[in-house]
Amino acid sequence: MAYSEKVMEHYTNPRNVGTLDKNSKSVGTGLVGAPECGDVMRLQIEVDENNVIVDAKFKTFGCGSAIASSSLATEWLKGKTVDEAMTIDNMDIVEELALPPVKIHCSVLAEDAIKSAINDYRVKNGMEPIELAKSHH
Amino acid sequence: MEFPIYLDNNATTPLDPRVLEAMLPYLTSKFGNAASRNHAFGWVAEEGVDYAREQAAKLIGCSDKEIIFTSGATEADNLGIKGVFEMYQEKGNHIITATTEHKAVLDTCKHLEKLGAKVTYLKVKEDGLIDLAELEAAMTEQTILVTIMYGNNEIGVIQPVKEIAAVAHKYGALFMTDATQAVGKIPVDVNADGIDLMAFSAHKMYGPKGVGVLYVRRKNPRVKVTAQMDGGGHERGMRSGTLNVPGIVGLGKACELCRLEMDEEAKRLSKLRDKLESALIVLEESYVNGNTEHRLPHVSNISFKYVEGEGLMMAMKDLAVSSGSACTSASLEPSYVLKSLGLSDDLAHSSIRFGLGRFTTEEEIDYAIENTKKAVNHLRDLSPLWEMFKEGIDLSKIEWAEH
Repeated sequence: MAYSEKVMEHYTNPRNVGTLDKNSKSVGTGLVGAPECGDVMRLQIEVDENNVIVDAKFKTFGCGSAIASSSLATEWLKGKTVDEAMTIDNMDIVEELALPPVKIHCSVLAEDAIKSAINDYRVKNGMEPIELAKSHH
Repeated sequence: MEFPIYLDNNATTPLDPRVLEAMLPYLTSKFGNAASRNHAFGWVAEEGVDYAREQAAKLIGCSDKEIIFTSGATEADNLGIKGVFEMYQEKGNHIITATTEHKAVLDTCKHLEKLGAKVTYLKVKEDGLIDLAELEAAMTEQTILVTIMYGNNEIGVIQPVKEIAAVAHKYGALFMTDATQAVGKIPVDVNADGIDLMAFSAHKMYGPKGVGVLYVRRKNPRVKVTAQMDGGGHERGMRSGTLNVPGIVGLGKACELCRLEMDEEAKRLSKLRDKLESALIVLEESYVNGNTEHRLPHVSNISFKYVEGEGLMMAMKDLAVSSGSACTSASLEPSYVLKSLGLSDDLAHSSIRFGLGRFTTEEEIDYAIENTKKAVNHLRDLSPLWEMFKEGIDLSKIEWAEH
């Protein structure tokens, strides 16, 4: 299957690859997927006192679409408030990257990673984790 | 050098220009039906087929009467297995095969199970070879057929065919082998190996797609298969249908070239393969899959731990290779062959198969080495698993959210 230009672009020049200090109170980390399934995403956000995501980093083990989905997610997260970030839907990623049906699970994983990072941040800062909808898988 | 570099010769091989040249007249002026007995057009076509049959027979050391042309190895596997099951059902209904076989064999066996066959799927050892003692233990009075492949398509391991045949014969069963990856690459002699039926295909040995052979032994013992395609009674009644004359001529020429050039080609390719493999295996956490001693000369299957195969192939975009990983929603399962070797799913997801061929050059291999190294390092920089491994975290202790 051929990849879309946008997937290729993110894959070739991934944005925001890296690691934030997972022990910092202002950092939320989401680690989703499993090596057995062929994809693992780690997505991290750094949140300031105004609840704005000032930095986002990722590392992904997976196919090109998984890498592109997480790269795009970090790009979208930066500058958003945490509440705004909660509204990012996997289908937005599918649309932006023109993912074929067989790759939709990559976008779902990215959405899961965002929510899981936000929850990690919330719990660290004494907030209740947000109840997540059942995974789409 | 032309890009992308083709290193997927286990999937298919390019047509040798000499094969094309032999075929061309049969696509134009020599268009006759080989079964037309009463005019020159038919005779000319038949001559082409006869010569091809002779070449195919010479390559595997049999008589030309034992060559049945089919549309490819898949059809030959189907005809051999289903044909034996149907022909010998009074003798028994038990078939033995292995879990690492090609789907053309496995799915045919599964189909027969629905029709009353009992099938034993032998597990393989860590190196991909079957255990002869296990085979012998599985033999029963009902066993009519043992079908084990010659060389594996994913990892290239060569099964102990001669020994397997001896076990099958000791219990009065027939021995069949899917030799699609082996014929034309290494010497295969049906008499020396004790093979009763054998499937192979032209497009894996620089011939055209859409044509293959089922070898059916005629002496000691005389093997019979029930036709699976009924019609005009072509191919000694075992496979009806107008002969694919240009395809068959191409197959014949491909067989001839392989017979004449195989020895040197195998030496050259194993040298190049070893060069590639030894350069890549120095990368940390890289593992060769399957037995490296009993292996086809042109194949190397390597797992690069902590990177995912499909993602890796994207970074190797100048190389046409294949991976045991399948990252699609239809199948998240990695290669069943690699899993049969006992590889964990993550290692199976990390595998790349390199298949060298007649037209592979040393320059291309040098390029492939550099390209692959760069890609693996790039992907590891992106991999959270690699980072965790480097930090000394035991990945097996993490509770992954399986999805």
